[in-house]
Amino acid sequence: MIISFTLNGRSRTVDIEPATLVADLLRETLHMTGTHVGCDTSQCGACVVLFNGEAVKSCTLLAPMLDGGTLTTIEGLSAPGGSNALHPMQQAFHQNHGLQCGFCTPGMVMTAVAMVGKNPAPTEADVRHGLEGNICRCTGYQNIVASVLAGAAAMNATGIGD
Amino acid sequence: MSNIIGIGAAPRRKEDFRFLTGRGNYVADVKRADMTFGVFIRSPHGHAVIRGIGKAPALALPGVQAVLTGDDVAADGLGSLPCGWGIHGTDGLPMKEPPFPMLAQGKVRFVGDMVAFVVADTLEQAHAAAEAVVIDYDVLPSVVGVLEAVRPGAPQLFDDVPNNLCCDWELGDKAAVAIAFRKAAHIARLSLVNNRLIGNPMEPRAAIAEYNAGTGHYTLWSTSQFPHVVRFLMSALVLKIPEQKMRVVAPDVGGGFGVKQFHYGEEAVVTWAAKRVGRPVKWVADRSEGFVSDRHGRDHVTEAELALDQHGKFLALKVATLANMGGYLSTFGPNIPTNLYGPLLSGVYTTPAIYCNVKVVFTNTVPVDAYRGAGRPEATFVVERLVDVAAKEMGIDRVELRRRNMIPKESYPYQTPVLVEYDSGDPMGCLEGGLAAADVTGFPERKAASERAGKFRGLGFSTYVEACGLAPSRFAGRLGARGGLYESATVRVHPTGQVTVLIGTHNHGQGHETTFAQIVSEKLGVDFENVDIVFGDTDRVQFGMGTYGSRSLVVGGAALSKASDKVVVKGKKIAAHLLEASEQDIQFEAGIFSVAGTDRTKSFQEIAGAAYVPHNYPLEVLEPGLEEQAYYDPINFTYPGGCHIAEVEIEPETGVVTLERYTAVDDVGTVINPMIVEGQLHGGIVQGVGQALYENAVYDDVSGQLLSGSFMDYCMPRADHLPNMTIKTHSTLCTHTPMGVKGCGEVGTIGSPAAVINAVVDALSHLGIHHVDMPATPNRIWRLIQNAAMPRAAE
Repeated sequence: MIISFTLNGRSRTVDIEPATLVADLLRETLHMTGTHVGCDTSQCGACVVLFNGEAVKSCTLLAPMLDGGTLTTIEGLSAPGGSNALHPMQQAFHQNHGLQCGFCTPGMVMTAVAMVGKNPAPTEADVRHGLEGNICRCTGYQNIVASVLAGAAAMNATGIGD
Repeated sequence: MSNIIGIGAAPRRKEDFRFLTGRGNYVADVKRADMTFGVFIRSPHGHAVIRGIGKAPALALPGVQAVLTGDDVAADGLGSLPCGWGIHGTDGLPMKEPPFPMLAQGKVRFVGDMVAFVVADTLEQAHAAAEAVVIDYDVLPSVVGVLEAVRPGAPQLFDDVPNNLCCDWELGDKAAVAIAFRKAAHIARLSLVNNRLIGNPMEPRAAIAEYNAGTGHYTLWSTSQFPHVVRFLMSALVLKIPEQKMRVVAPDVGGGFGVKQFHYGEEAVVTWAAKRVGRPVKWVADRSEGFVSDRHGRDHVTEAELALDQHGKFLALKVATLANMGGYLSTFGPNIPTNLYGPLLSGVYTTPAIYCNVKVVFTNTVPVDAYRGAGRPEATFVVERLVDVAAKEMGIDRVELRRRNMIPKESYPYQTPVLVEYDSGDPMGCLEGGLAAADVTGFPERKAASERAGKFRGLGFSTYVEACGLAPSRFAGRLGARGGLYESATVRVHPTGQVTVLIGTHNHGQGHETTFAQIVSEKLGVDFENVDIVFGDTDRVQFGMGTYGSRSLVVGGAALSKASDKVVVKGKKIAAHLLEASEQDIQFEAGIFSVAGTDRTKSFQEIAGAAYVPHNYPLEVLEPGLEEQAYYDPINFTYPGGCHIAEVEIEPETGVVTLERYTAVDDVGTVINPMIVEGQLHGGIVQGVGQALYENAVYDDVSGQLLSGSFMDYCMPRADHLPNMTIKTHSTLCTHTPMGVKGCGEVGTIGSPAAVINAVVDALSHLGIHHVDMPATPNRIWRLIQNAAMPRAAE
C-alpha cells in the first residue's frame, strides 16, 4: 500500500507491505540505519522515534499508521543540510559523556527530547523514571541522566522544544 | 595555535558525533548488492539425538538458496570451533576437549545449539523455509546444574567425558593449607552460588559475508571484539582457507563485555555459506536468539573456608568450586574459572597459604565463557564475602579485620601464594579514601532514619584486586594459552604531519579513539584533532589480539607509546641532518625538534615533510618515510584494585532492595582521560550491581529450557534502579607498563557484587542471616525475612 508522511521535515511517499514495522521501513526500505533494533519484545528502547511529537518504539508501530503523520528520527534531529550543528540534547550527551558504544544512544536522545517536550524542568528522579523504557548496558545511566538534565536546560534556554 | 591534548586531560570523545547523529556503522547497517538472508535453526531441546533432517520441503519454497546442516559441514571437511586454552588437571592430563561443530552433528547439547542454516532471497522467505525444515529429534534427559551433572547416573553429554567432567584443576599448596587449618583458632565457612549471567550488549550479534570468485577473497563483517583472531582461527582451523584471502571487519560494535570476543560458529557458517550460495549472506540475531547463543558468564557453586588465628590474622584459604562450562568449550571457556579465578584468591591480603580446586563441568546449557571481569568477580566475591563472615563470627569489625590482613603499601612488589606477583598497589589508601568518601561515620544516623521508616539499612565493603592487561604471552603459555597476548600499533605520520594510528585492539564503547589520540598528541606534539585511530579491519591493520581483559590501554596503549617513541627517534635523526647538528644534541618537546642550547628548531610537520620529500635528507643512512610499528608483550599482568562501598535499604514487607549510595575508590594507575575512566567505572559497577540484585539466567532443570530468555524475564538494570555513584581514584603507578597504566574496564564489575551483597547481609544480620545468594531479588529477600521471623518449629 502507498503511504505519505513527513519524515524529518520532508514529505515521503512509499509503497509498503501493510505488515511492515516502522523500524524496518526506516532501516531496510529507506536505508536510515540510525534507528536501532536491540530486542524483539519492545523492551530496550533503541528504536525510539518521535511520531507526531510523541516518543514511540518504532518496533511496535506499523508503517500504515504513519500515513498523514510526522516522523522524526535521530537523523533529523540536528540541523539539516549537512550542517554539523547538534541539537542541544545531542550536544548535552556529548558534553556529559552520555554515550559509550552508541547503540542505545539514538533511542535515549529521542526519548529525552520527548520527555523535555512534556516536562521542561524534569528532576533527576523524573529523568530516571522517564528512561525506564530504555536500556543502556555501557554507562550505568549516570551520565545519561546528567546529559538529559543538561539537555533540558539547554533546550529551555534556546527555546527548542517549546 | 597548537592544540595538544595529552595525558590527564578530559577532551570530549572523538567518536561521539557519528553515534549522536545516527551515522554509526554497525554490522546490521551494512548492505551488499544482491545480498541474501540467513536464519539459523536452533535446537529446541536441551539434549537430543538428531535422527534426521528433511530439507526438501524447505528447498521447494520460493527464494530459498540453501539449507545447510552438520552433514554438509562434514562433507566439506571443515573443522570444529577451536578452544584457545588447553588446561591440565590434577592428574597431569589435558582437559577433555570434545569437538564443537559449527552445526550440530548427530546430537544437540543445549537449547540454541545450531542445527541448520537456511539462506533465502529475503528474510521472510528464510524464516518461512526454516519453519519447513523437518528435524526428527530423539529427546534425551538434560542436566543443567553442575552439582547434578557430576552425580552418578547423570545424563552424559559426551561418550568419552565420564561424569561430564572436563577437567579437575587445582592451584596452590594443599599440604600447607591443611597444616594451617589444623592450627587455626577459627574457621569461617561459606557455601555460595555465583549466578549465571547473560552479557547482553545492546547490539545483537550479526555477520555478513561475501565471496569474490574472481580473486578467491572472502570478506566477513562481524560484531567482534577481535577480528584478527577470528580471521586466524576461522581461516586456519575451521574453514581452512588461506589467511591472506580472508578479511574480517568489525566496524562500530555496540558493546561487547566479553560476549563478542569469541569465535562463534555463526561467523564461520555465514562465511562458508556465502561461497556456497555465490551471493553475500547476512545474518542478524534476534535478541531471543542472543539469549540462547551469546556465551553466558559466571555459574559457579563454591565451598570456601578461611582459617584465622585468634587475632583474626588469615592463615589459609581453601576453595572448592564447580564451574559450569555449558555444552561445549568456547574460545576462552576453560581458562576463565581456573587461571583467571584461582590466582585472584589472595585478594589484597597476606594470606600465606591458599589451595583452590575447580571442577570444570559440561552441562546442557549455553557454553560459558568470559563476561566482564571473567573469573575475577567470582574470586573477589568468594574472598570478600568470606572476610565478612569471619568478621561477624569472630566479633571483629569488618573494616578492622581487612586492615589487619591487608598487604602494606611498602610490601609491593608482593608475591602471592597463587602464581601472581603484584607490582604495585595501596589497598589501605583505597580503603581509607573509600571510608571518607562514603561518609561511613554518618551511616548509623542514616540507618536509624531508615529504621524509623520501618526499613532495614546495610553497609557493605569490598576491598579487592584484579589481574588484567591480558597478558604476558610466555606466562599465559605456561598456563595453557594457545596464542600470544601481545598487542600491536602502527603510527603512520602523513606528509602533512597529521597522523593515522592503526591499532590491533578494538573499540566498542571504551573511547579509545579519544584516549589513544591523547597519547599520540602528547608523545608527538600533534594536535588532538589531527590524530585518527583505525581499528577493526584486518585489511587495514596489522595483526592484533583485540579488546578484552582490560588490555587495550595497558597492552595496546603500550604498543602505541613504543611506536610513537620510534617516530621521535627517527624524527631526531632527520632533524639532526636538517639542523646540521649531532643526533645526541637534538631535543624534542611539544612537537618541536631543537638543538640543545640554541634557537635552531624544526617542527614535527617540517620533519614529516622532509621524510616524504627527501631532497635534503640523509638517504645513505636513513630510509624516507615516517611510519613506525611496535608490538608489545607485557612482562606481567597489571593489578588495579580498590575499595567499593555500597549502602542499601530493604523494605521488609516487600523484600525490595534499593541501592541508596555507592562509592568507589579505585587504583587504576595513570589516568589518561578521567572522564572516560569514570564512565567505565559507572558501567562496570552497574553490571556488578545487576548481578547482585537483578540478573539471573535460569534453566528448567528437566527440559533444559532457558526460562529467562528475554528482557521480560531477565532483569537488566534500568535508570530508575540506581543512585548516582561517587567515583574517585587513588592511583599508584604500574611499575612495568610504559605509562604506568593498569586498566579500568573491569574493575567496577569485579568490586561491586561483593560490596552490594555484603550490604544486603549487613542489613539483615539482626535476623541471624549470614549469607544471601545473588541476585537478591524481592522474592528471595522476602522469603529470608519471613523464615527468619518465623518461630522455629518444635524439632
